[in-house]
Amino acid sequence: MKILVTIKRVIDFNVKVRVKPDNSNVDLANVKMAINPFCEIAVEEAVRLKEKGIASEVVVVSIGDKACQEQLRTALALGADRAIQVDTEEVLEPLSIAKLLTKVIKEEQPSLILMGKQAIDEDNNQTGQMLAALNGFAQGTFASKLEIEDGNVNITREIDGGLQTLKLTLPAIITTDLRLNEPRYASLPNIMKAKRKPLAVQAAADLGVDLSARTKLLKVTAPAERQAGIVVETVDELVQKLRNEAKVIS
Amino acid sequence: MSILVFAEHDNSTLKTETLKTVAAAQAIGGDITLLVAGFNCQSVIDAAVKINGIGKVLVADNPVYEHQLAENICLLVSELASDYEHIMATALSTGKNFMPRVAALLDVAQISDIIGVESSDTFIRPIYAGNAIATVQSLDSKKVITVRATGFDAVATDGNAEIVTLDFVTDAGISSHVSDQLTESERPDLGAASVIISGGRGMQNGDNFKLLEGIADKLGAAIGASRAAVDAGFVPNDMQVGQTGKIVAPDLYIAVGISGAIQHLAGMKDSKVIVAINKDEDAPIFQVADYGLVADLFDVLPEFEAALS
Amino acid sequence: MKKMLKWCLFQTYSYGGYKMEREFMEFDVVIVGAGPAGLSASIKLMQQAKANQQDLNVCVIDKGSEVGAHILSGAIIEPTALNELFPDWQERNAPLNTPVTEDEVYLFTSETRAIKMPNFVVPKTMHNQGNYIASLGNFCRWLAVQAEDMGVEIFPGFSASEIIYDADGCVKGVITGDMGVSETGEQKDSYMPGMELRAKYTLFAEGCRGSLGKELQQKFNLAKDTDAQHYGLGIKELWDVAPENHQEGLVVHGSGWPLVKGSSGGFFLYHTENNQVVVGLIVDLNYSNPYMSPFDEFQRLKHHPTIAKVLQGGKRVSYGARAITKGGLNALPKLTFAGGMIIGCNAGTLNFAKIKGSHTAMKSGMLAAESVFAALNDDSHVEGEELVDFDGRFKSSWLYDELYRSRSFGPALHKFGLMVGGAFNFIDQNIFSGKLPFTIRDNHADHEQLKLASDCQPISYPKPDGVLSFDKLSSVFISNTNHEEDQLCHLKLKDKSIPIDVNLAKFDEPAQRYCPAGVYEVVETDGQPQLQINGQNCLHCKTCDIKDPMQNITWVVPEGAGGPNYPNM
Repeated sequence: MKILVTIKRVIDFNVKVRVKPDNSNVDLANVKMAINPFCEIAVEEAVRLKEKGIASEVVVVSIGDKACQEQLRTALALGADRAIQVDTEEVLEPLSIAKLLTKVIKEEQPSLILMGKQAIDEDNNQTGQMLAALNGFAQGTFASKLEIEDGNVNITREIDGGLQTLKLTLPAIITTDLRLNEPRYASLPNIMKAKRKPLAVQAAADLGVDLSARTKLLKVTAPAERQAGIVVETVDELVQKLRNEAKVIS
Repeated sequence: MSILVFAEHDNSTLKTETLKTVAAAQAIGGDITLLVAGFNCQSVIDAAVKINGIGKVLVADNPVYEHQLAENICLLVSELASDYEHIMATALSTGKNFMPRVAALLDVAQISDIIGVESSDTFIRPIYAGNAIATVQSLDSKKVITVRATGFDAVATDGNAEIVTLDFVTDAGISSHVSDQLTESERPDLGAASVIISGGRGMQNGDNFKLLEGIADKLGAAIGASRAAVDAGFVPNDMQVGQTGKIVAPDLYIAVGISGAIQHLAGMKDSKVIVAINKDEDAPIFQVADYGLVADLFDVLPEFEAALS
Repeated sequence: MKKMLKWCLFQTYSYGGYKMEREFMEFDVVIVGAGPAGLSASIKLMQQAKANQQDLNVCVIDKGSEVGAHILSGAIIEPTALNELFPDWQERNAPLNTPVTEDEVYLFTSETRAIKMPNFVVPKTMHNQGNYIASLGNFCRWLAVQAEDMGVEIFPGFSASEIIYDADGCVKGVITGDMGVSETGEQKDSYMPGMELRAKYTLFAEGCRGSLGKELQQKFNLAKDTDAQHYGLGIKELWDVAPENHQEGLVVHGSGWPLVKGSSGGFFLYHTENNQVVVGLIVDLNYSNPYMSPFDEFQRLKHHPTIAKVLQGGKRVSYGARAITKGGLNALPKLTFAGGMIIGCNAGTLNFAKIKGSHTAMKSGMLAAESVFAALNDDSHVEGEELVDFDGRFKSSWLYDELYRSRSFGPALHKFGLMVGGAFNFIDQNIFSGKLPFTIRDNHADHEQLKLASDCQPISYPKPDGVLSFDKLSSVFISNTNHEEDQLCHLKLKDKSIPIDVNLAKFDEPAQRYCPAGVYEVVETDGQPQLQINGQNCLHCKTCDIKDPMQNITWVVPEGAGGPNYPNM
């Protein structure tokens, strides 16, 4: 079984985000970038399936400019077999990404597609689902456990109030949540081996997909700073305010 | 303008967050229709018709919708979409799961997790985990939108909408439900709780965290802790709220004996209402608390528990 | 370039009585630390190899998550070493984008007053024409790209936790840190054992007070003929400022308030590109009052009108801190030993008269690379044999000349204070070009200088206003520091009773104050005071290792990729 994993290059989760003074966007100049944590979990899951003998090949793909090859090499160091970079300088929306990935799917014919549930920059949580719809595939989002069984995948997913288990026919798209696994560290020998694994580059423009933007980012601002509220004198006053003013308790 | 709002529910109760999504729809303006898709969900329908401000409730009551499988629901919604300019759902499990499929089928963008409406085509949404706020304009003629409930106030429930039963069923047949395991503990999960009471170094030891339990019971709250309390060994680290612990955004966050270091604030700053109880009036937590009580927590906690009944 | 790398699974290796089974990789040279010294050494090695048409396997490891993550400096870069390393650095787009346009030097006489020193009384070494204001972190990232293009293997996110010695005590490489070890020392599911990186020569370029550098100096007695080393703690912030307060290329230095009586140091304020400024304070770590808090001195410094007027209306972007090796030539240990060298600030090559260490670190790396390359190509040279020719190269270089001329600068200030010491330095540098026939020395170790708390006055620092000055935790927050939580504490106490029984009793446990990250707290548990170590906040500045009066704290390298993630610093 071939598994396709999609990864995105995003700001490292340790970096404190700063909005540019002109409010055009977030300031990414010289900030540390990394593989999106949810995507990394997806890579790890695919590699584990390969180690269990269930998958025969793990292909990892990223859409972006040349810089994302760094993240593709990280994925290769974690155990993926080969990488594809769909090259574009533009920042693309989930719908466009899903359309480009559809082309990759048609080419690669994977049985299972693993993706992060969302990227920690845009927090859209859309691409996996859109990709599933465009290809008529079943989807299992927010996966915390998955098992392949007789041409189907059983996935346990996190929902409000607990867990839900679904059975999906393959090919299917799974998006990962935090508790699915803890990614391994990339070892030095694997990092070195990764440099020699195949990484193919394809221009996005050559894939014949309409990549026009459907939304326009008008501005980005820092969140409003919380202001100090009022000081209450007694517990009774507090309870009364919470009940009648804030209406957060009954 | 006509707007379709998907009702989030579990076949027995209508989620109150749906009322906030309707509020968001009202902010956009237009005729609002609610869709209830489920199975044996009469009690949900009964609640739905009472929502203020909606014209009709469309009902799709069928076994294929019992577990809100995304593959089935999205076909239903995209079938109905031709009559509406805006299709909206709450950004909860179900809405987050199926709505992007609808957008893809309609070949339009989706705007996720909006916390504000500027106009019928311009919305405000958090990015970078809420550390930046984006104002986004949709260029599509149809808008597919999920709504973050904490951004809006619920509409009233004194309405009386018309019910329209749908006569077609959409079954993709590529997925099936196996089981649900819903958490049955007395305390809600820290990450999902709508009320949280947390203790900090001021609690002085792990035993004193018992003082929070009665209050948590009465409020249906989860109990959290600051990193200082965890590092001092008072409580285990899965209770930690903060930059390196859990990031929470409940309706009510009560910080007891917590100084309010920025690492803690990073974990709870998006709470709707913050209450601080601390005997140090200079503690930074008071800079962000909506209600502050400068007092000894050992005096306050029993009083607080007694006052809540 | 064909690489001949061997690695072997489960090679048994004996070290200190333990039988460790570790994978290993072999290189010609392993360099610990991707800073200016380490990267320059790696580049110089490859340049020589290319000129000689031979292959060389050079590996650089760095404990930061990326190159530059742990680099902190003012900085003003003098391009002398860079001009030698890459004469075409401008075509290569080295990020030296802000030439210095003006120098100002101030003496702060009080909280509100300042005297601007006319240029002619400022020592020549502090005139910055021809130099550049730059982010050393970005500069190192650029150096790393040049190095990788030449075939150097750079591995960020890997710490060097142990030195490999052979049976004769010759250094044979390093072992990277184990990863995935819990705070109780158990192997977690993610456990990945460290690897041996074996090399013919190993260069230790860990920066000031490197943990392995410290071990090497002790083991090989490298500092036996030198004065005690001296350190400063540099604390720095990067700010966005209002365009009207910004003057790109302006360099401001000064001293005086708030460092008075018993403490010395100085501040810097550089106007760099993009309407940003960097502002910082260096506090010499030989201060005597245990109540001193370098962090708070820096925070209140920013309220001085000369500085506040620039920062007003601006926004703090980043914060960091790092100790600086400033003992100069008098304290410079022997750099060579069997199997390798220490280079850069790890040895102490900073030129204190210029308060610059980047160009000198680079040059020390380049000179080391020359010695190493010559040894590798000398058939009569036994592998790992001490690089005795380094001394000759060093002494005939401009690096030695600079360090020689500035040898008295720091000691004069320590010995005579700001005024007299400053006057001495003016005469020494401007009139005698550092060639006075005698040397001022300071052989008192910094950590021995603390007076008893009972003999000193506590200092009442103003509360941060949240606009110009800030508290420690919100500062650590914007250094983007993170460590894997579940790991062994990397700050080791030789004797667990000393912090309370000795340090608290005699010095009011100064760790609470000298640490710029709030790692050390004295908390009360059941009525008893206890030292709590919040290792996760650690900025890797090394001040605790330096300043603990009982030398009871040993900074040990934590799990790789932990620590700060400095952007543009």
